[in-house]
Amino acid sequence: MSVDTATVKKVASLARIAITDADAERLAPELNNILGWIEQLGEVDTSSVQPMTAVIPNTLRLRQDVVTEGGQRDAVLQNAPQGEHGFFTVPKVVE
Amino acid sequence: MSDVTDLGVAELRDGIRGGKFSAREVADAFVIKVSRAKALNAFIVETPEHALAAAREADEALARGDKLKPLAGVPIGMKDLFCTKGVQTTAASHILEGFKPVYESTVSQKLWDAGAGMLGKLNLDQFAMGSSNETSYFGNVISPWRKQGSNASLAPGGSSGGSSSAVAARLCPGATGTDTGGSIRQPAAFVGISGIKPTYGRCSRYGVVAFASSLDQAGPMARDVRDCAILLENMAGFDPKDSTSLNLPVPKWEELLSGDLRGKKIGIPKEYRLDGTPPEILALWDQGIEWVKDAGAEIVEVSLPHTKYALPAYYIIAPAEASSNLARYDGVRYGLRDLPEGANLQDMYAATRAAGFGDEVKRRILIGTYVLSAGFYDAYFTQASKVRTLIAQDFENAFTVCDLILTPTAPSAAFALGEKSADPLAMYLNDVFTVPSSLAGLPAMSVPGGLDKDGLPLGLQIIGKPLDEQGVLNAGLAIEQRAGFAARPDAWW
Repeated sequence: MSVDTATVKKVASLARIAITDADAERLAPELNNILGWIEQLGEVDTSSVQPMTAVIPNTLRLRQDVVTEGGQRDAVLQNAPQGEHGFFTVPKVVE
Repeated sequence: MSDVTDLGVAELRDGIRGGKFSAREVADAFVIKVSRAKALNAFIVETPEHALAAAREADEALARGDKLKPLAGVPIGMKDLFCTKGVQTTAASHILEGFKPVYESTVSQKLWDAGAGMLGKLNLDQFAMGSSNETSYFGNVISPWRKQGSNASLAPGGSSGGSSSAVAARLCPGATGTDTGGSIRQPAAFVGISGIKPTYGRCSRYGVVAFASSLDQAGPMARDVRDCAILLENMAGFDPKDSTSLNLPVPKWEELLSGDLRGKKIGIPKEYRLDGTPPEILALWDQGIEWVKDAGAEIVEVSLPHTKYALPAYYIIAPAEASSNLARYDGVRYGLRDLPEGANLQDMYAATRAAGFGDEVKRRILIGTYVLSAGFYDAYFTQASKVRTLIAQDFENAFTVCDLILTPTAPSAAFALGEKSADPLAMYLNDVFTVPSSLAGLPAMSVPGGLDKDGLPLGLQIIGKPLDEQGVLNAGLAIEQRAGFAARPDAWW
């Protein structure tokens, strides 16, 4: 598998990271090098192996369906780069 | 009186209790040390007021005749991956610069509840991604160690490099670290201190900036095994806020410490004897085998056949989880926002993340996004998760014939800053001995074993069965008692 600059740009767009053409040129061989090395995993016969889901056996707990820490609007908004009227503010998304 | 900053956690705790010195004297001494060590760049933020407040509380409790808390008056360093209420928490990134959490991580809260004070937030590799502390937005951490006859700056290891540097330089008696693929053990080995990663789920991950959630685990770094046991006891424990937290009591690790290994079988994995490992590392490993034998242990050879696949599996799983975890940094709820003129929401996300993440973080997000993308998920992520199962089974099989496993911690001593940073793959390979046990969620510890020909520390690693932190600490103590490691860096900073 070889990653070209078009693939790097597509992946960067999926990851929501803006990159320039020069970035893509630089990243393509770096990612190829790493992915090429990772591909040795294909040598391992895993046909009868289950993928790991929990590293230490532990069942997921359920809790009561109740509000535990509500009513903290100001705290929630405290670190927002921009907030108004008790909301997070973002650029216009609907014309 | 000798300098209190030469004392470890247990000696400080006992000295304050016994009235040998006040908590205030201790806090003052460390605060001054921290303020004079800027050349190491170990701290991102200094919080002397926090350490002094804890000291005042300890001194007042003692004056009243109250029973002192377990860590009353002991100041520590906090890796800047733990959210601390009202104190900037950045994970060494630009994207979180200025973020002041409105909540406290469970691990840090437990330490404050135990009476510890905070000297400051320790530098690290950005989002804990790195093995050398060269990826922090706030600059490289410098190891206090230097090669004999050289002034070149050395890497303190990573990602907990601020923690390792600060403890080795006596800026704090102990510090928190986090370990995803070796980020406590490798830096501890590089600077000649001890550090333990407990069983996955022992320490709550609540409030710890997430890197790879199925691997991340907090643990202590300190100058000796006893201090690690004390700190870990005060960090571990069930937390309903973390769904992977284990609902089990915390054992009395310090009280039960014993360097007597009679009746214990210690496994030596033949696959860890890699081609190209420096002879000094292999010689130290052999020496370690002699030490644990001297402590009464029996040595058995074990096989971990999938060892060679641990690193490639790790470098699929960890970036995959990171790409998902780091999706939350989008310029909306906290941290940096980059809003170019006329940008829409998608542009804002992309610009913010481009400006806010460092190169290594971007590299891992891209790899993670690629291996999870449509068409590649099964070939990469599912296959890696299956290989992870095989790696965990290797350890299970080994533990049917042994109680503990002894290996070197890292395949080299500390390298120079810049030496490996141009080649990501070469850097990744430095974690070859620590990653397999991380993938299997096992408790593992590094203790200093000796010095190499350049006078730099080398570490030995002990890996235990799930939940057997006691066995790991005991074997660590047995090695510590025999290694008699007393070397320390000359203060040039």
